[in-house]
Amino acid sequence: MMKQLFPKQHVMGFVFSMVLSIVALAVLAFDMSYKMGMAILLVTAIAQALVQLLLFMHIGESEDKNTLYTNIIYALFVGVVTILGTLFTMIWGYMY
Amino acid sequence: MESHEQQFLILNEPMIVGAMISIVVGALSLFIGITYFKKWGYLWREWITTVDHKKIGVMYILVALVMLFRGGVDALLMRGQTAMPENGLLDAQHYNEIFTTHGVIMILFMAMPFIIGLMNVVTPLQIGARDVAFPRLNSVSFWLFAVGTGLFNISFIIGGSPDAGWSAYFPLASLEFSPTVGNNYYAISLQIAGLGTLATGINFLVTILKMRAPGMTLMKMPMFTWSILITNVIIVFAFPVLTVALALMTMDRQFGTKFFAMQDGGMDMLWANLFWVWGHPEVYIVILPAFGIYSEIISTFARKNLYGYKSMVISMVAISLLSFVVWAHHFYTMGHGVMVNSVFSITTMLIAVPTGVKIFNWLLTLHKGKISFTTPMLYSLAFIPIFTIGGVTGVMLAMASADYQYHNTMFLVAHFHYVLIPGTVFAVIAGFHFWFPKVFGFRLNEKLGKLAFWFITISFNVAFFPLFILGLNGMTRRMYTYSESTGYGPLNMLSFLGAVGLGIGFIILVYNLYWSIRYSPRDETGDPWDARSLEWATHGPVPFYNFARIPQVNDLDAFWYAKKHNKPLWSGPIEKIHMPNNSGMPFLMSGAFFGAGFCLVFSWWIPTIIFTILIFVFMALRSFEQDHGYYVSVEEVERIERELGGEK
Repeated sequence: MMKQLFPKQHVMGFVFSMVLSIVALAVLAFDMSYKMGMAILLVTAIAQALVQLLLFMHIGESEDKNTLYTNIIYALFVGVVTILGTLFTMIWGYMY
Repeated sequence: MESHEQQFLILNEPMIVGAMISIVVGALSLFIGITYFKKWGYLWREWITTVDHKKIGVMYILVALVMLFRGGVDALLMRGQTAMPENGLLDAQHYNEIFTTHGVIMILFMAMPFIIGLMNVVTPLQIGARDVAFPRLNSVSFWLFAVGTGLFNISFIIGGSPDAGWSAYFPLASLEFSPTVGNNYYAISLQIAGLGTLATGINFLVTILKMRAPGMTLMKMPMFTWSILITNVIIVFAFPVLTVALALMTMDRQFGTKFFAMQDGGMDMLWANLFWVWGHPEVYIVILPAFGIYSEIISTFARKNLYGYKSMVISMVAISLLSFVVWAHHFYTMGHGVMVNSVFSITTMLIAVPTGVKIFNWLLTLHKGKISFTTPMLYSLAFIPIFTIGGVTGVMLAMASADYQYHNTMFLVAHFHYVLIPGTVFAVIAGFHFWFPKVFGFRLNEKLGKLAFWFITISFNVAFFPLFILGLNGMTRRMYTYSESTGYGPLNMLSFLGAVGLGIGFIILVYNLYWSIRYSPRDETGDPWDARSLEWATHGPVPFYNFARIPQVNDLDAFWYAKKHNKPLWSGPIEKIHMPNNSGMPFLMSGAFFGAGFCLVFSWWIPTIIFTILIFVFMALRSFEQDHGYYVSVEEVERIERELGGEK
């Protein structure tokens, strides 16, 4: 009974996201090269996004795959445009 | 200057002190009035705790109307100050505060809630649903928005209003150059209201995708519902950017980070960038529902189905994507190279294409239609030519090299008022007149409505057309005064007279509300306009469960089809209806948000933490709450239907 009631997934997700946040914070606390720091941040960021999507937003449990894919593609479009577009306007394309 | 920074209550401006006194008197008399007439219980049961989408919509619109007047007074003061050269009505600081609050209030606390209000009232009815997908969340959305509005509005008497423009560009908005708490108010009140909007976005997305009446495929949805669907997609994807940007702003101003600083690796321009990554989609968040409203009204009063339904949908989807790739046109002159400007110039001009498609669709819907010139139709007809002027000047501004001439001049100010006022403001007023009988059971007076229309439309042009010329003559925006030798005086005076006319128009509009409540004949049919979509199929005013039986949809414009072919929309017996329970928690939790926000503005950390814990307590309570709603029995539904004059 207790086993069924205990929200194992959510607690796991919570612990994961905490650990990932602490690892990301470690980049600040420890002296390391820029590349090393960036690599850690990128990996933890992607892992964090996956933890949120899979364990909290139950992205795998949807039956309506079309809506799901449309959503993901739209989100990717907006995300990529925002990030690359910002880099483009503020850094890469700034002087050209 | 020094005294201005340190003040808690703003006591050195007679105008603000006057406002303060009138607010206190007004609040007191409201409090005494409610107590005297013993209306507290009614307010609490029927409105504050409600989860009914119609009532929430009405409350949104009520706040929007109040904010229309608050923002309007700001506008009148600005136009009054600039009406004559070297006028002394306002000083520079006060002028800065007023143009900032005018912008923020009109976009975020007037246009947005008016649109969200209409979408609350109409969308569930149009898709044949009994409420939104998450009624409790809807109430949370409203109250978060309401406390955000409240927090922003008290800034001008407690601590001072933000004064760095509605776009709050860094470095001006940084602690160094804006040391008052004004911009803290900006960041925190928008943050709280923005959370509400984000929740609304998710709520309506799910509602439209999951709760349509049987048979209503996506391509059989009314155009207004389509526009709301697209709008909410944009809300869900654009608002997180604002959330992040505002959080960074708060950290910069109150925790000493350097995200938007000019040194230590910060980048001041990044604020402008992030602001417009959200800000441009925001423009389409307020304009797309307007397009939906016009589509409904034009096809209803031309007695024709909407021309080019599919192209309408496709162009809206195209706009939703394009709206995310044009933001840099807001800062062409910030110093990037030719390539960046060219790219954004082209994407910007591209947006004119789907918008043009829509204009032609409306014109062709009107073509050979039997047009009846009702008040909502008049606004819709006026919208087309005026908005086109706004659109064409927009294409002029879109050309990066030409924009170096127009940038931050009154020409720009005229342009965006020419798109936002006929676009959004006319649309929400038209929608307000159009759907009013659905909610209250009687129409607003047509004569007064038309009088207000002519006042508003003519005065609008008198107020804003001169600004095009002033802009081309070199008058920049946000200047609080100018010398007589510039020659800006006469046109500014003309613009001021237009602004006064606009004010009179809006007063007539509100007087019409009062007049119609007292004298307007009640409508018995529920369909006073002989309209087309499902919301008109049920009674007016709508019973709290919307539809006694859920309609079966086979066609676009299902209700019109049912009327013309005498086909019933319903079949089968009435069944018991499942409805959500009211709850006071959203209101109380938003109260905690207000407390936390207010204390955060002044960096009072301990109370901020206490209020924040309170917010989490409310969330935890909600998690453990068992609330499965309640059932309305068949007998009860039948009784209500009989009382409303026969089953629908």
